[in-house]
Amino acid sequence: MPRETIVQAVNDALHTEMAADDRTLVFGEDVARSGGVFRATDGLLEAFGEERVRDTPLSEIAIVGAAVGLATHGYRPIVEIQFSGFLPPAFDQLVSNASRIRWRTRGRLTAPMVVRTPYGAGVRALEHHSESLEAAYAHVPGLKVAIPSTPADAKGLLTSAIRDPDPVLFMEPKRVYRSFREEVPDGEHTVPLGEAAVRREGADVTVVSWGAMMHPTLEAVDKLGVDAEVVDLRSISPLDRETLLASVRKTGRCVVVHEAAKSGGFGAEVAATVAEDALLYLEAPLRRVTGFDVPVPLLSMEDYYPPQPPRIAAAIEETVEF
Amino acid sequence: MDGEPPSRPPPRVNTAAGVEHLSQADLRVETHQVVTAEGTVEASRVPDLTDAQFRDLYRWLVLQRTFDERATKLQRRGQLGTYASGRGQEASIVGSAFALADDDWIFPAGREAAALLMHGVSMRDLLLYWRGVEDASRMEGANVFGVAIAIGSQMPMVTGKAWGMQLAGDDAVAVGYFGDGATSTGAFHEGVNFAGVLGVPAVFYCQNNQYAISLPFSEQTAADTVAQKALAYGVDGVRVDGNDVLAVYNAMSTARARARDGRPVLVESVTYRRGAHTTSDDPTRYREEEEVESWAARDPVDRYRTFLADRDLLDDVDEAAVREEVDEMFDEAVAAADDYPHRDVDEMFVHLYEEPTPELARQMEWYRDFLDDHPEMDEYVHQRERG
Repeated sequence: MPRETIVQAVNDALHTEMAADDRTLVFGEDVARSGGVFRATDGLLEAFGEERVRDTPLSEIAIVGAAVGLATHGYRPIVEIQFSGFLPPAFDQLVSNASRIRWRTRGRLTAPMVVRTPYGAGVRALEHHSESLEAAYAHVPGLKVAIPSTPADAKGLLTSAIRDPDPVLFMEPKRVYRSFREEVPDGEHTVPLGEAAVRREGADVTVVSWGAMMHPTLEAVDKLGVDAEVVDLRSISPLDRETLLASVRKTGRCVVVHEAAKSGGFGAEVAATVAEDALLYLEAPLRRVTGFDVPVPLLSMEDYYPPQPPRIAAAIEETVEF
Repeated sequence: MDGEPPSRPPPRVNTAAGVEHLSQADLRVETHQVVTAEGTVEASRVPDLTDAQFRDLYRWLVLQRTFDERATKLQRRGQLGTYASGRGQEASIVGSAFALADDDWIFPAGREAAALLMHGVSMRDLLLYWRGVEDASRMEGANVFGVAIAIGSQMPMVTGKAWGMQLAGDDAVAVGYFGDGATSTGAFHEGVNFAGVLGVPAVFYCQNNQYAISLPFSEQTAADTVAQKALAYGVDGVRVDGNDVLAVYNAMSTARARARDGRPVLVESVTYRRGAHTTSDDPTRYREEEEVESWAARDPVDRYRTFLADRDLLDDVDEAAVREEVDEMFDEAVAAADDYPHRDVDEMFVHLYEEPTPELARQMEWYRDFLDDHPEMDEYVHQRERG
């Protein structure tokens, strides 16, 4: 098995799936000649040609809306939005069309498509390059949202997303795009959407996270030496309630870590799920460690924004000692 | 028809019917020029400026070029964040801003350093902006909006600002700077259309520098020009040689005058981005060196220097002295940016609302205390050098 970074694993999945299914098309800004601003689509143009790999005008609305149209015509579009901060114009297409075309046409038309987008802070980029608005997208009925944290999952989840019969937003943690490698299965590799992973088993507290924040979370747990169970949601829509609830029932404690602003963030959904179905198992209040309720700061203050290991560790300690 | 629904014939074309299609080939779009690439001057078009003003134009061109060169170097040394250079677009940037008044509002796209400096932004603040210091986004002392990093997103605001100017009876215009890429966004079309309907003092200034990151203009749109798009919205269009600083000045001057009369204008300044999209980009992946070279031969600074020489004005401009002067300004600005007071974490929280919400105030207070109690946070926050 080759050792790959997350961005290489994404590239691997695209190559593998495009080779396997000639209905797949990749398009977006700078994805062809330039190979994508993060090189996630590198080599696709050479391998599959201009008809299936296209640079597009700077048109987020048209990229996502056209994907819906293509998908209803039997194709499998995989589009890239360069940074998730540029997705909001296309939010209308996701909400008004992609997510509800099956429902609206009572199953006559469907939109099997993937919107890939790097998300999150931590690469010293300009304004609008650091957003993590996953909760807003998870709130859209009919839209699936997957967020890998490791190279193997990136390949497996993206493959599942491409094969999924419904629209999937695939958010890539660009902060850890190239920060480490792991072995990624060769050829076909799938990780089901809607299935969380237990990254570390433990008895004292459940720490839930996803995407870029899995890494400071694991670092915090390792440093603290607590017997924590770490759950990586991998897909926030659909949410794997069973794995989450089973873990909380076992440990009796829960901490959620995410990068996005706290209020209305997906941590609130996790907390509500635990409150609804595992409240009586809790031995301590559920804690959220999150970004703050402000836009992601520009680069000089950027590193103050996302949860760092000391913040995560402090919340875990408080919860365990409660 | 007895009970049968009415039918229709299979599609066919009656070529004899004489249906006329309007196509862009029917449209002639001139490119306004004063000084040709070869240096020939159309004397009647030379703007009515004093010798001192002609010399100032040159200083601004040199300043734009020097600022780009030095800012790019600073970025390479890790003393600036991602930087977007205007190399190759100096005439387009300088000529347009030279035609504006202090009361006008500029909505920048990012490459037009000289335009912002000319409009009153300090060089220190411009450097701080590229260092990612929030305070610099105030663009203190200048009628300048924040840089539109979300491409094209400023256009409807340009219209709204111009509408406000009209309602308030101001003698000023709102000017949106943007690139050819922005003309593919929905916000561009909605913004320009709205301005046309309202008849507000807005100028939409497109620097068509031929590339939106890797995409050449020919693939950005099937239209021959950006200028012709104006007509669909009932606003005026102008196309100008963006490497000819005097032509750009003329185009913006007339556009501004029309806009003040309630006739919005879309200006297409045809130029070329000789550098990378930003310091994060590698243009060798998508364009040929010969093409870059061919535009270097149409260099806007060289062209204007030829014009000045022809007018015997160049002797009055000590080129070395101008460069030295600009370098000195830059050094001082870097020193001032380095001296900018250290900000604490409050900077993240202020200015989101006039009064912070109770939750936001709570988060800020909590974070201050947390940082006090956890000095180890420094290791994580300062693990990478900050701007």
